[in-house]
Order: sequence, then C-alpha cells, then structure tokens
Amino acid sequence: MGAEKKKIKLPVFLTKPRYRSRVASFSIILAGWLILEIMMHTGNLSSLFTSLLVPVCCYIVAAIGLNLNVGISGELNLGQACFMSVGAFTAVCLSGSMAGSVSSPLLRLILAMVAGAVAAAFFGLIIGIPVLKLEGDYLAIVTLAFGQIIKSLITNMYLGFDAAGFHFSFVDNKVELQPGGKMLLNGPMGATGTERISTFSAGVVLILISLIVVFHLMYSRSGRAIMAARDNRIAAESVGIEIFRTKMLAFIVSSCLAGAAGALYGLNYSTLVPAKFDFNTSILLLVYVVLGGLGNMTGTIIATVVLVLLPELLRSMQDYRMLIYAIVLILIMLLTNNETIRTWTMRITRKLRRQTNG
Amino acid sequence: MDFLSYLINGLGLGSVYAIIALGYTMVYGIAKMLNFAHGDVIMIGAYVAFFAISDMGLPLLPAILLSVAVCTVLGVLIERLAYKPLRSASALSVLITAIGVSYFLQNAAQLLWSSSTKVFPSVIANGGISSGGLTVSWLTLITIGVCILVMICLSLFINRTKTGRAMRACSEDKGASTLMGINVNRMISITFAIGSGLAAIASVLLCAAYPSVYPTLGAMPGIKAFTAAVFGGIGSIPGAFLGGLLLGVIEIFAKAYISTQLSDAIVFAVLILVLLIKPTGLLGKRIREKV
Amino acid sequence: MKKEGMFKKALSMALAAAMTVSLAACGSAPAAQGGSGASAGAIKIGASGPLTGPAAVYGNAVKAAAEMAVEEINAKGGLQFALDFEDDTHDAEKAVTAYGVLKDWGMQVSLATVTSAPGAAVAPMYKDDHIFAITPSGSSLAIIYADPDNAANPYGNVFQMCFTDPNQGVASADYLKVHTELGTKIAVIYKNDDNYSSGIFAKFKSQADANGLEIVYEGTFDDSNASDFTVQLKKAQDAGADLLFLPIYYDPASLILTQANQMGYAPTVFGVDGMDGILTLEGFDTSLAEGVYLLTPFSADATDDLTKNFTANYQAKMSDIPNQFAADAYDCVYAIAQACEAAGVTADMSASEICDKLVGQFSSMTFNGLTGQNVTWSGSGEVSKSPKAVVIKNGVYVGVEG
Repeated sequence: MGAEKKKIKLPVFLTKPRYRSRVASFSIILAGWLILEIMMHTGNLSSLFTSLLVPVCCYIVAAIGLNLNVGISGELNLGQACFMSVGAFTAVCLSGSMAGSVSSPLLRLILAMVAGAVAAAFFGLIIGIPVLKLEGDYLAIVTLAFGQIIKSLITNMYLGFDAAGFHFSFVDNKVELQPGGKMLLNGPMGATGTERISTFSAGVVLILISLIVVFHLMYSRSGRAIMAARDNRIAAESVGIEIFRTKMLAFIVSSCLAGAAGALYGLNYSTLVPAKFDFNTSILLLVYVVLGGLGNMTGTIIATVVLVLLPELLRSMQDYRMLIYAIVLILIMLLTNNETIRTWTMRITRKLRRQTNG
Repeated sequence: MDFLSYLINGLGLGSVYAIIALGYTMVYGIAKMLNFAHGDVIMIGAYVAFFAISDMGLPLLPAILLSVAVCTVLGVLIERLAYKPLRSASALSVLITAIGVSYFLQNAAQLLWSSSTKVFPSVIANGGISSGGLTVSWLTLITIGVCILVMICLSLFINRTKTGRAMRACSEDKGASTLMGINVNRMISITFAIGSGLAAIASVLLCAAYPSVYPTLGAMPGIKAFTAAVFGGIGSIPGAFLGGLLLGVIEIFAKAYISTQLSDAIVFAVLILVLLIKPTGLLGKRIREKV
Repeated sequence: MKKEGMFKKALSMALAAAMTVSLAACGSAPAAQGGSGASAGAIKIGASGPLTGPAAVYGNAVKAAAEMAVEEINAKGGLQFALDFEDDTHDAEKAVTAYGVLKDWGMQVSLATVTSAPGAAVAPMYKDDHIFAITPSGSSLAIIYADPDNAANPYGNVFQMCFTDPNQGVASADYLKVHTELGTKIAVIYKNDDNYSSGIFAKFKSQADANGLEIVYEGTFDDSNASDFTVQLKKAQDAGADLLFLPIYYDPASLILTQANQMGYAPTVFGVDGMDGILTLEGFDTSLAEGVYLLTPFSADATDDLTKNFTANYQAKMSDIPNQFAADAYDCVYAIAQACEAAGVTADMSASEICDKLVGQFSSMTFNGLTGQNVTWSGSGEVSKSPKAVVIKNGVYVGVEG
C-alpha cells in the first residue's frame, strides 16, 4: 500500500494540508449521503435512523457555525440555540402562511430557509454589536443572556393568520381568528400543525453550502484576519486589522447558518415549542464543537453524528442510558487530554506516516 | 410598604443566589474554570439534608453539618477525578467535562432517589417580625443573616489566614505561587471544598424557602448564580455577594412591577446593560493588557 | 493544538467507524430489544414518554402503570400483550426518534406519548402509518386534530384517555359560576411556558368572561422561576382575591400552598387534574392542602376495589402512590385489551388492520376504568367522561356535588 502510493503523484488537493481537510469534509458528507440514500431506497435503513437524518443535518450546520465562532474567532458563544430558534420560527410562520399561495413544498422550504437564515443573521448583527465589545467569559455570559431573552420573547409571542391577514399580540394573547384561521405562533405552545416539508437531501445540501461558506471564509483574507485577531488581538490591531469588523463577519455568518439549520429543523416536525432551543441545546452544540476539535470542521461533523447517535444506541441500557452518556462524555474529555495516551497515539501516527512516506 | 416588602423578599432570594455565586466565583478565581456542575452539588446537598431530617430524624443543625460534609467530600472528589487530570488542557475541555459531571449527578440522583419530587420538611417556624403593616418572615431574616455571616467569615478567611492568602496568591499567579512554596493543587482542592460546603448551606436555605427536592433542582439556581457571579465581576468575592443580592432584587421587582412573563428577560437585559457599561462586572478587576 | 487535533482525529475516526458498523447492523436488523414479556404471539404495544430529565416523573408513572396492566392482562390468559416503552425526554425530536425505535420493533398498537408537545409531533406519523394510538395523558388538542386552532380535521386514529385542556378550563369556569360560595374574586397563577397549563387557562378565561366571573389577578411563572411565588401571591392578596385557581401540576402547587401559608394568605384553592398527587408528595404537610378543591377523574384514595387493588399493586412496584398519569395509562391498556377482545384482534394481524378494527371499537364502545365509568369516545378521538369535583378534608378527597 505504502510503496504504491509513493509512485503515484498525488494531485495538489490531496497533498497540501489546507486542501486535505476540505476534501475530507466534503468526501465524508458525500459518501454518507450516497450510502444513506441507497440504504433508504433499498429499504435497509431502520425507521430510527431515518428519523435521525434531518435533525443530525441541522445540528451539524449549527455546530459548524458555532465552530466558526468558538474555534476560528475564539469567542465562547453559549447562545447558539437562540439563532436556531429565530430561524425555525421565522421559517415555520412563513411556510404556514404561504401554504395556500405557494404549492410546491420544495420552493416553500427554500424560501423558508432563506428567510430563517436572513432573520437569524439580522439578530446576529443586533446581538453581535454589544457581545463583541466584551471579552472572554463576560462575552460568554452575554450570549447566554441573549439566548434566554430571545427564548423568553418568543415564548410570549402570538401570531395568527387568517383571511384578514396577520394578527400579532405580545404577552397577553388577544389574537382572535376568523374560522379557518391558523395560529402560527401560540406563545409557549409554539407552532403546531406545521406541514413537514424538510428532507434529508435539503439537509445535505445545506451542510455542503455551509462548508463552502465557512472554508471560503477561513482561508480568505478575512479569515486570516479573524484568526490573527484570535491569536493576538494587539498584534493584529497593530498591523491594521479591524478586529470588530472581522469578528462581526464571523458572528453573523455563524448565526445565519444556525438560522438556516433551525429553519430546516422547524419544518421537520409538526410541532415546535420555544423551550426546545434553551441553554441546554446551546451547550449540546458546544459539546459537539469541542469534541470535534476547535476549528476542525470534519471533526465537528463526526462528533455531531457520534453524539446524536450515542444516546440512541444506548437505548438498550434502559434507565442507565443518560448516566452512561455522561460517563462517556467525561471519559472522552479525559482521554483526549491525557498526556500518556496522546504521546502514544502520536508515536503510532508518526510511525504510520513514516511508513507511507517511505 | 409594598416596595419594602418586595425589596426584602428580593434580598432573601438574592442571599441564596449570593451564597451559590460565592462558590462559582471562588472556583473561577483560582482554577479559571466555569464549574457548571456546581448547581448539581446543591441538588445533592438538598437530598442529603432531606434524608437526614425526614428519614434519619436529625435536627436541623446536624443535618446541615452532614450535608456540608457530604458536599465537601463530593466537591473534592469531583475535582480530583474529573478536573485535575485536565489542569493543562484548554478551558473549554474543562467546561465540557463539568457539563458531563452535571449530567452524571442529575442522572445518578434520578436513579438513586427516583424522579418524583420530595417536599423538604418545614424547618423554620412560620411568622416573623411585623411593624406597621410590613411583615418580614423569620425565614427571610435567617437567610439574609446567614448570607452576611458567610460573607464575613469568608472575607476573614481569605484576607487573614495563611491558607487564604495562599489561595489569593494562586489566583493571581500560579507559577509564582509554586516558586514561593505554595502547593497549588492543595489550594485548588481547598477552594472546591469550601465552594461545595457553601453549596450545601445554600441548598438548605433554598429548600427551606422553596421546599421541592428533585434531580434537576440545581440547574436553574446554578445558572442564576453564575449570572450573579458575572454581574459582580467573576473572581471577586464581594462582587459575587453584591451580584447575588442585586439579581434577587431585580428578579422580584421585575415580577412585581413589570411582568411575571418577562421577568427572566428583564433580569438578563439588566445584566447585559451592566456589562456594557462595566465590561468586567460591577467589582471585577480590569486587566490591562501589556503589549 | 496540532497534536491535539491529530489525536482527536484518530479517535473520532475510530468512533465513526464503530458507528458506521453499528448503523449498518441496526439498519439491516431492526432493534431486537423487547419490553416486558415480549413473547411470540403477543400484540405489541409501543409507548414513549420522558423517563429522564425534568419531566421524568410523569413518564415513569405511566411506564410503571402500563407495565402493571400488561402483566395483569397476560396473567389472565387470553390475548397476550407486549409493551415497549421508550424514553423521549419530553422533547418532540426525541419522540419522533422513539417512534422510529418502536416501529422497528414492530409496534402494532400504541400509547402514543405521555406529554403534549411530543404527542403533537408524532400524531401525524401515526396517521400516515395507520397505527392506532391512544394517549394516556397528552391533553393538547394538537394530538388529535391536525388543525387544533379550529378543532377540525381529526387524525381519526389517535385517541385520548384524559380530558382535553380546553375541556377542563370550561368545566372549571362552569363549576365556579354555580358555586359562588367558593369565592367570587378569582386570581389565577399558571405556568406560561407549559402547554397544559396555558391551554387550560386560555379556555378558562374565555369561559369565565362568558359566565360573568371576575378575574382580579393573572400571574404566571415559567421553568426558570418556578420556585418563588411570593410576588404573585402578594399581588393576588392585594387584589382581594378570595379564590385561587391553579391550573398547574401538583409540585409547583405545593410550593404555592406553602408560601401562601407562610404569608398568612388563605384563599380557597381550586385546581384541575394536575393537582392530583399533592397529598402523596413525599414529605408534604397535607394540612396545607386542607380545603383545596379539584376536578379530577381519579383519586388514589377512592374505596372501590379496582382503585384499591391498583393503588396497592402500584405502591408495591414503585413505592410511590399512583397519580392520574398512572391511572390513565392503566386504563389505556385495559381499554385497548377490551377493544382488541371485542374486535377479534389477533397478534398476527398487521398494525393497519388492527387500527381499522380498534377505531371502530373505540368510537362505539363503553369503558369502565379507574378514571371513570361509562367512558366513551367521539369519532375524532376525544374522550367523554365527567370530571369529579372533590375537596380535600382531613387529608383525603371527599366528593362534592357537582
């Protein structure tokens, strides 16, 4: 194997590390898509896994966005779920109100996802202004605070749609609909009776788009500026990088991706409650990012898939399921940071590489 | 009169937040980590006190002591097993581990003691001091009193004892402290011990006021106390005290004068405003970066 | 950073490989785990509910009671049943996954979900796959209607064992209209981020307006401040409320009663079926609940043989006193068994065949159980049984004339 490889001159995108990571991400996604589509069409995919496909895609996209935040620009964001929430409810409302006028579900899905992404990006802009003025853990708590505020606001929104148009009320539900009207947002009950139009293919396309966007940003001039600002703020400032602007760009892209992911998520279920996108969901996304490796998009994808599947595969453990999940989480963190194990794997990988390189 | 009564209720609630926030802030000050499992130590403390009083029939004080002892041991144990191996790892790895510990404690509690709510026995008599239409319950008075006492003891300990000074040295500069002969690991263990012990005291006060004991009991007070700690300037002990009290008062005022639905949003909005004006919290130290 | 990345990559690759293998395995051979008594020739009943997390208490109660019912029915001989109860952590996403697990297992009949929002998420799937479902405790209209805002367009094969939320709100307002001796100035405290509570409140309010009742204060709380009620209680007291309507579950209600007592505020308290369970909270001083009125279909203290046996067996199994969730679940299983018996359902029939037979049975049959006598269902899946008003006297429920 090793000897063969030596003779073939590999194309540039396989040898240079910066290309290699991109190729790895795209090929994992495409291979996964192909395998799963084949399994689905030949009836080999169980209902459990079929039901996991869309949410996994959503979490992957939101986590990729978060990784841009945490890994690339170095800001600890504890409120990523609130952007998913904004995207999801925008999309659900839009799709619900367009049901009569736009008949093609695919078109509606695309429009709703774009709307969700734009709405979330808008919120990213508003929230980013105060957030990015702060640093470190203070920044983290402000993102947490915005997460709670957005959740609280959406929990108190009532939006109805009937023949006379939209009806909105806040805190107290005063919406009265004509017969045949539909509550798009019903306060704490969220959205009910949503038509489920999300598809796995849409999820895969969304992941691919988000990877293209993120990689483009990472390896562009702005991306290098963002990373420079992360590694040494003062040095970056001194060479004329506008830190606020570059970080803002990353923050908006991140929230935009979360919004699109939320839109896909919201349209995958017939009901959606605002409480779904709480602090715990933000934390879960953060776990995917940290486990996958900061700045490592392939890692994020794999970690998300693994951690979404893990509790499902532990179902046979019955009552001990979540306990084992917690233990696995702690052990993974301890093992990946253990010096002995790390040097040991380093030695193996180095040996392997020496073999392949001759 | 309404105003005063809300204020005192707010101070009572804030005192509980303050004691929990002290635990957060001490650990942050010395280990530079956000211990998200702190809220769940409170939950364990509440269960221990519940069983001590209801099942073992202990009086209040020994029950509190037992709870403090168990939590202290638990805190040190968590630190040894889960956080110490990560001393050289990134702050985020430690954060995720803390979240893992939090899941672990919640689920272990559910398996051990079932998910049904247990009602904490009433340990402090009803009634209180009344004057001119204003009644302050014993419970609120005791809670505020305990909080002030804890605060004073902690300040004395930190400022006057050798161990306390060593802890402060560690939080300033770990490398230099090691060179001065301070055992940094021991100091971190002591910090966790104190923080968890305080959590046990907070748990009893919390449950005396709100007598429900269940496995996810600690989650919300944990987040609120974390907010309080940041409010006051994380790492600062008087800051945690002030932040806790303010948070409690704002929460009660928001509910009383604005809206019960939006009280949470208001609390967090105030927090954001404060941080925009003072980016390191009310009493936080401004760290100047050197070029 | 570089080293860490390398190792993590190796680890994640290994994990991914393991996952792919297990995925393939699960893909080809559906999950083989069975619930209690999964013997050949048994009709497979699926269910999901929160077994972990903050709502776990409800899921565990339903699971235990449903298991009990299945064991009892199987012990009698005759039709045999198997139950698989999956955890959905009170989350719509997890409920859909749990539905997938149950389908892979080969579920033929279902108890749908324990809680409302997850139920609303899986209800259209039960319709699409044509599997009969009856939820013990999912009380939202969105579980049985595709268009819950107009109570129109029922799924047709998803039924409810408990009252719907609007039903309870209307029943409470009607009861208070007649019984003005309980109080005329009404204060309400409800949980505004909860489907159940805000659902009941919304209907209660509109019906109260129609009935000319005076609501002097509306207070709310949510998950993040579900412990301090001093403000809401003080406001209610200041507004002169002599009746406190609590459309909430018993655990926060116990906190409200305790805090009202500490304040020396003693209005008449009126609750709904969620209040049931308050007397059996471990450690709760039941004297605080003295004089509380509630509308409930079930009381664990009832003296009929059915309830006595059920309560005793449940206590032996769970060392807890059953609440209405448990009772509804127990009734669900028995109702399914009765309908299967009557319709001649056998274990070798497909889920779809069973569904047609059961829908027919449920729309026409009468059922007697723990939560009511002469219970019937409408074609849209709504249950018709009368809530009983009870008052707590000397620590037990005493029926009052409705």
